[in-house]
Parts: sequence; C-alpha cells; structure tokens
Amino acid sequence: MDSVFIIEKSAIIVAVFALTMLMAMYSTWAERKVAAFLQDRVGPNRAGWGGLLQPLADGAKLFTKEEFFPNTPNKFLFILGPFIAMSTALITSAVIPWGDKIHVFGKDVLLQATDIDVSVLYVFGVLSIGVYGIMIGAWASNNKYSLMSAVRASSQMISYEVAMGLAMISILMMSGSLSLKEITVMQANDGWNIFYQPLAFIIFLICSFAETNRTPFDLAECESELIGGYHTEYSSMKMGFYLFAEYANMFISSAILSVVFLGGYHFPGMDWVNANWGINIGAILGFLALFAKICFFIFFYMWVRWTIPRFRYDQLMHLGWKILIPLAVINIIITGIVMVLFK
Amino acid sequence: MSVQQISLSGRKIEVSNKEMTFLERIYLWTILKGLWTTLKHLFRRKVTIKYPEETRTMSPVYRGQHMLMRDDEGRERCTACGLCALSCPAEAITMKAAERKPEEKHLYREEKYAEIYEINMLRCIFCGLCEEACPKEAIYLTKSKKIVQANYEREDFIYGKDKLVMPLEMAIKNTQSNKVN
Ligand code: SF4
Ligand code: SF4
Repeated sequence: MDSVFIIEKSAIIVAVFALTMLMAMYSTWAERKVAAFLQDRVGPNRAGWGGLLQPLADGAKLFTKEEFFPNTPNKFLFILGPFIAMSTALITSAVIPWGDKIHVFGKDVLLQATDIDVSVLYVFGVLSIGVYGIMIGAWASNNKYSLMSAVRASSQMISYEVAMGLAMISILMMSGSLSLKEITVMQANDGWNIFYQPLAFIIFLICSFAETNRTPFDLAECESELIGGYHTEYSSMKMGFYLFAEYANMFISSAILSVVFLGGYHFPGMDWVNANWGINIGAILGFLALFAKICFFIFFYMWVRWTIPRFRYDQLMHLGWKILIPLAVINIIITGIVMVLFK
Repeated sequence: MSVQQISLSGRKIEVSNKEMTFLERIYLWTILKGLWTTLKHLFRRKVTIKYPEETRTMSPVYRGQHMLMRDDEGRERCTACGLCALSCPAEAITMKAAERKPEEKHLYREEKYAEIYEINMLRCIFCGLCEEACPKEAIYLTKSKKIVQANYEREDFIYGKDKLVMPLEMAIKNTQSNKVN
C-alpha cells in the first residue's frame, strides 16, 4: 500500500515538475512572441517552426556561457541565491489541485501532489522565502546596483504581501478552509469567487504582479536604473536560474489566481460531464480548463508588461500601503457584514 | 499671433496641467484602455520584412555597393585618373594605373586603365561623391542594387575589381537593350 502511494505521488510530483519547467521554458518563448505581436513584429521565427525551439537554443547558450564569479567574499551565498530562487519557485506547485480525482488501476488518484489543510499558508510562506533568493544573491554579488535592487525587491514584496494576505482573508472567510482543494470545491458548488469578490480579485491580481516582479512593478530589475538589478553579476546557468525562476513564479501565481478566483479545475457543466462521460474524462477536461485559465493569466502578465510603463518607487509604496491595504480591509468588513446578513 | 503660439513643425502640443478626473486617478480605467490599444495591435498586420528571404525593394537612387561600369562594347570605362579617390571624404579608394597594351583594346576603353582598384567598404560612407567626381561615368552606386554583405574579417571588406566591375552578362544585356531603343 505504502509503495503504491509513494509511486503515485512521485509520478504526480514528476509530472508537475516537468509541467512547471516546460511552462517556464515556453513562457520565455511566449513572452517574446507576445511582445513582438503587440509591437507589430513577428518575434523569434528561426529556430524551429515559429521559433518553437528557441527556448532550447537559449538553454544551450546559457549552459555553455562562461561561469563568471565577481570578486566577492561570499562565494557560497552567491551560488545559494539562484538555488533558493529556483527551489522556492518550484515547490509552491505541490499544493495546487490540478484536477479532480481520476480512476485508474481500480484506485482513486487525486491530481494533486499533496492536499495539506493549510495550503494557503504554505503558499504564502514559500512566497515570502522566495525573496531571500533575490536578497542573498544580490547581497553576495558585492555590487551596489544589485544591493539596491535587493532592497527594492524585499521592501516591495513585504508591502504587497500584506495586501495580498488581506485580500486572501476575505476568500477564507467565505470558504472557511485553508485548503486550496476545499476552496476549489466550494467554488464548484457556489460559483466562482471572482463574481463574489471582484475587489479581492483585483487586489490579489495587482499584488501578484508585485510578487512576481513583473512590470509595472519590476523595480527590482529595471534596466534603465539598475542595469540588471539583482542578476547584474550573474552569468551562465546561474543567471538562467534566476530568469527561469521568474517565469516559474509567473506560472505558479497564475495557477494560484486561477484556483482561488476562477474556480480551479471547475468548468461550467462539470457535473453533467462527470455523470454522463465518467469522472476520468471530467478530470481531464477539468485539468485542461485549469490549464486554459493559467495560460490566460500568463498571457495577461505579458500583455500588461507591454502596455504599462514601470511605476515610480514612491508610487509603488503609495499604491501598496495607502490604497491596496485599506481597500483590502474594507473588503473584509463588507464581506463580514454581507455574510452576517445573508446567512 | 504671439511668438509663443508659432509652431514651426506644426506638431506643437500645449501642456496642460489640469487636474486628473476620478477615473484617471484610479488608473484602472486608463489601464483597461491601454490594454485595449495593445490588444488591437496583436491582430494588426506585421510590418517586419523577413530579410534573407524577403528583400525590400530599393529606391532607384539607393546608394549601395559600387559598380565599375562597362561601355556598350563591354570595355571597362575607368581610366584610373584617381579623381574618385581624391574626392572620397573617407579615403576609401585606392588604385594602381597601368598602360593598355595594343592587344587589350577590347578590354579597356581608354589608354590607361586601373590595374588594381580597391574600395574599403568599412571606410566608405556611401556618400556617392566618387560617382559625382568621375569624368568617365565609370563608377556608380545605384546600379548594382546590392547591399554590402556582412563578413568576419576586416580584409574581406576590401573589395577589388573582381567584385566591383560590372559582370559581362549585365553589360551584354545593357548593350542589347540600348540597341533596341
Ligand atoms: S561613396 Fe563616398 S565614401 Fe564611398 S568610396 Fe565613394 S566617395 Fe568614398
Ligand atoms: S572611377 Fe572614374 S574617377 Fe575613379 S579613377 Fe576611374 S575614371 Fe577616374
């Protein structure tokens, strides 16, 4: 029994890992394509059909680049930085419910690496560790631009995590559970959270932009002021890990947005499909639905990146502390009042 | 009209410091408008010219790679007078003159011809002054319709007569079309 359990979970973990890697890889391709199309260009089109082999070429290039170490007393931390960034980006995916149960080999298999009942806290915990990757790497680079970028990144992450957590609380009030699986099930029964909590959705969305260091909040790596920000001194695959971690983060936060607000693997008519075509097909369609939602959010990240310019640093702090946090608190109060009145 | 209102380019825009409206101040609405603008571009026709497969049509006066011309009988026109080299602001042209032998009359139009004629394409700024200076109408930048190709070595950018002189087939074709007219 135990070995079956281990095999089953390992298979899911490897699959999720592979999926995250693949998505991160192809996000780099998609980013360039979207950027190009939004600017009336065609984007990469030489490596493979439509440039589809471009990520592989990039990977080969990063691997073969010279490994450069700056003159730093903290060689160990210098290597640790990208390592932490990459691992935290990857381990968040453990608690995301990728689909409902499927029935294989006479057994119900849950399409989720682990369904811990504090998954929301787990996600937030891992997200906050993520900033250490940037901070440690930048600190160890022994470079003032990297350091400034680290300061910006950490203060930005800390301020936006507050608003993000507060926005999340209103969802938790409705679901009454910290498990992402339960939140999905609740949405399948009562309707998607985005319709009940549009304000929380907008706050959460804005905060995820800040958490993933994407434009318009990419002050940590703004080229015009800080060269490359925290990865200025990095080269070769260590640099690749940082870039990769950014895209993996984007994928994961899109997944979380879809799970928390767009009903996860739920799609309209899921009950009917489950009843008539069997739960396996239902689960697969559910996974595809989740995947489509994630892709939409990834596209949205890119779309926004090529639309809005970067915020100024004081505007960023102003938005975070003076607008988003009060709004999130008001949202909690309204949610509480409505819940008391209607239940 | 006061001086402040004159706009030479016709594109002068008055800066206004009017207060932002509420919709503008919460950004969200303006961001949505911006997203709509970029979304429209997603489906626009792309302006890229995929270079090696597609080339842009050159305008008739485009100054590309030089061509040393031949006359109607296929003889090289250049007489190695050196005026082009003298006029060249980038000092890109060098040449060595030689005297035409009697049996070479079908090859060179004048009694003196350029034995070696080299243009350093890295120095050349494609100003066309050599073309203007030439008394024999022997050098043109508009005829070859070619862009000087990229290369790896500096030496490879020094173009000799093998690359510059008009190909014979082209001369034959020109002669024929001239006869028809
Ligand atoms: S085009 Fe101008 S720069 Fe080039 S060779 Fe002729 S005169 Fe010199
Ligand atoms: S190209 Fe013209 S100007 Fe230059 S040397 Fe020949 S004849 Fe003289």
